Amino acid sequence: MLRYTAKRTGLAVLNLLIVMVAMYAMVFLVPGDPASVALGPRATPALKAELVTRMGLDQPIWRQVWNFFANAVQGNLGYDVWSGRPVLDQILEAFPNTLILGGVALGWALVLGVALGCLAVVWRGGVLDTLLGLLSVSMIAVPSFVIAIYALLVFAVWLNWLPAIGAGTAGDIGSQVRALILPSFAIGITWVGYLARLVRASMLEVMGEAHIRTARAFGLSEFRIVTRYALRLAIIPTLAVLAVGFGSILSAAVFVETVFSRPGIGTLIISAVAKRNYPLVMGTTLFMTAFYLFIVTAADLVIARLDPRVRDVFRGG
Amino acid sequence: MTGAQDDGTVLRVEGLSVSYGAVQALRGASLIARRSEVIGIVGESGCGKSTLASALIGLPAPGARMRGQVEIGGRDIVAAPERARRAMRGAAVAMIFQDPMTSFNPVLTLGQQLTDFQHRSALPRRARRARAAAMLARVGLPDPELALDRHIHELSGGMRQRAAIAAALLMQPQLLVADEPTTALDVTMEAQIIHLLRELRHEHQGAIVVITHHLGVIGELCDRVYVMYAGEIVEEGTTDEIYHDPRHPYTQALIACDPAHIAGTVDRLPTIPDRVPDLDPPPPGCSFAPRCPVAMARCRTDAPPRVTVGPGHAAACHRVTP
Ligand SMILES: Nc1ncnc2c1ncn2[C@@H]1O[C@H](COP(=O)(O)OP(=O)(O)OP(=O)(O)O)[C@@H](O)[C@H]1O
Ligand SMILES: [Mg+2]
Repeated sequence: MLRYTAKRTGLAVLNLLIVMVAMYAMVFLVPGDPASVALGPRATPALKAELVTRMGLDQPIWRQVWNFFANAVQGNLGYDVWSGRPVLDQILEAFPNTLILGGVALGWALVLGVALGCLAVVWRGGVLDTLLGLLSVSMIAVPSFVIAIYALLVFAVWLNWLPAIGAGTAGDIGSQVRALILPSFAIGITWVGYLARLVRASMLEVMGEAHIRTARAFGLSEFRIVTRYALRLAIIPTLAVLAVGFGSILSAAVFVETVFSRPGIGTLIISAVAKRNYPLVMGTTLFMTAFYLFIVTAADLVIARLDPRVRDVFRGG
Repeated sequence: MTGAQDDGTVLRVEGLSVSYGAVQALRGASLIARRSEVIGIVGESGCGKSTLASALIGLPAPGARMRGQVEIGGRDIVAAPERARRAMRGAAVAMIFQDPMTSFNPVLTLGQQLTDFQHRSALPRRARRARAAAMLARVGLPDPELALDRHIHELSGGMRQRAAIAAALLMQPQLLVADEPTTALDVTMEAQIIHLLRELRHEHQGAIVVITHHLGVIGELCDRVYVMYAGEIVEEGTTDEIYHDPRHPYTQALIACDPAHIAGTVDRLPTIPDRVPDLDPPPPGCSFAPRCPVAMARCRTDAPPRVTVGPGHAAACHRVTP
């Protein structure tokens, strides 16, 4: 397990390095220097020169790349062009909001999806099973910001049950939870049916395997068989999909945050792009990439724990 | 022994039929097994042996229809609702499965499964685990404690089969069903497992049903034999009678094809010509008639009677005379 962990982590770090180089290339090696783009056409040469020095653009490329890497490793992602605040500070301030939103959305989608998937297996061919089949296909096709807009319209504007914008009053848990309901609903709902279908399909496959028959032959109850003997195997493909899906959940969060004017990484990136705040754009992208890789790697490790055959294949090869 | 009837009968199967849709995989099988007795079921691939085994443990394949009676310790598992069947599985009857690689859960350790299987025991988990370790030692696993923490794919083929045997024995069932217990093994390993089963049969109080397509296994292990052909029992008798005085033409052909019975060297092993007939629906008359070297006109139209040729020795054939 230790060797497997080391291998997976190594791969993730390599991935991150490649992303950093590619990002650097995109921002700094394209024609037009970032300082003029950031300051606009009417900036004075003196102002530009000052920014160029501050961003280190007057140094040789290799030196710039090295500085960027060295700083990033030390947790310094540069400074905001406009306010001069450290980029990392702003990210760490906004990130918990996005994480909570994505996590809550994913959490309830997973719980509901797995439960519905299991029930669909128990009542195979029943009403729930059929309904799930229809809903999951149509729901996954709808973008979450569309759902966000309609949810906002219906529940916040017409019915006035839930707050339309913001993240709730700081310190007031009740208002924060209420502010989370609509956005997390908008993100999670597209996943529920999909996850349920996924769990159902892999559960049905597992229930047909010979070892399930053995468990039945020893008189174990169907409930115990589903939860202890089948679910652990059936959840594996779901976890793998979910880890990759977390990327799309985070990008959904970017849009949904904008719809609901929630503070978070989404609102941060959008305003940074609008103001040509390159260090902030780069820092945020890098941070989110690192986070995404962390999640995917963690999921890999969890899967290896759940299914010992996976890590043995790795150990052997 | 609880539940066994006075004459020591543990298993009584009466007119058992199993069909998968139009396929009549098992037709009117009747057999008995007594306490401390090992009976063998032998027949070619596809003759319905596994179908019979799944009926004996009250776990037919989804969609299968069962008729007739399977009484274990006097209780009919066919007539019982699923709840009652489940109460009998792993208690009155336990099974050694054909392929231990796929018949154990791949993500739980052997110890977790062997302790789970004793779910009806009042013992605490630790004690159940200790029982499992003792049983693994009994069936000849070198380091039982270590094996309990292993997953099934980490054990060798022989160790897996021993673990499967241990799992079934842990239940102390009245009836132990072994479906092809040695088929997944190589020849040396097969000999070892047969040797183990021979030892264990003396310790085991209940009845054992060994299902195989391999006559050698029957000769080594069984007291009595039922020969199956195309979903029917065509002959029954003691192992001696079946080996030395087979009456049904199919049994005779089966014995003649057994390599152990062929003296000297031959260029080609003899085979029974043609194949097992379609069971959808089965042919009228005797199902072996199309391949039978001594078939008469009557064999193709009339179902053969069950002819008793001695106490406990009977064959279903028009040619056989008492
Ligand atoms: N679940 C099922 N659905 C439909 N047909 C089945 C099913 N299981 C078995 N059969 C059919 O029933 C017949 C008997 O099969 P069975 O598995 O009992 O034979 P067997 O004697 O155990 O063969 P083998 O030696 O190959 O294991 C075969 O014709 C088979 O195709
Ligand atoms: Mg079989």
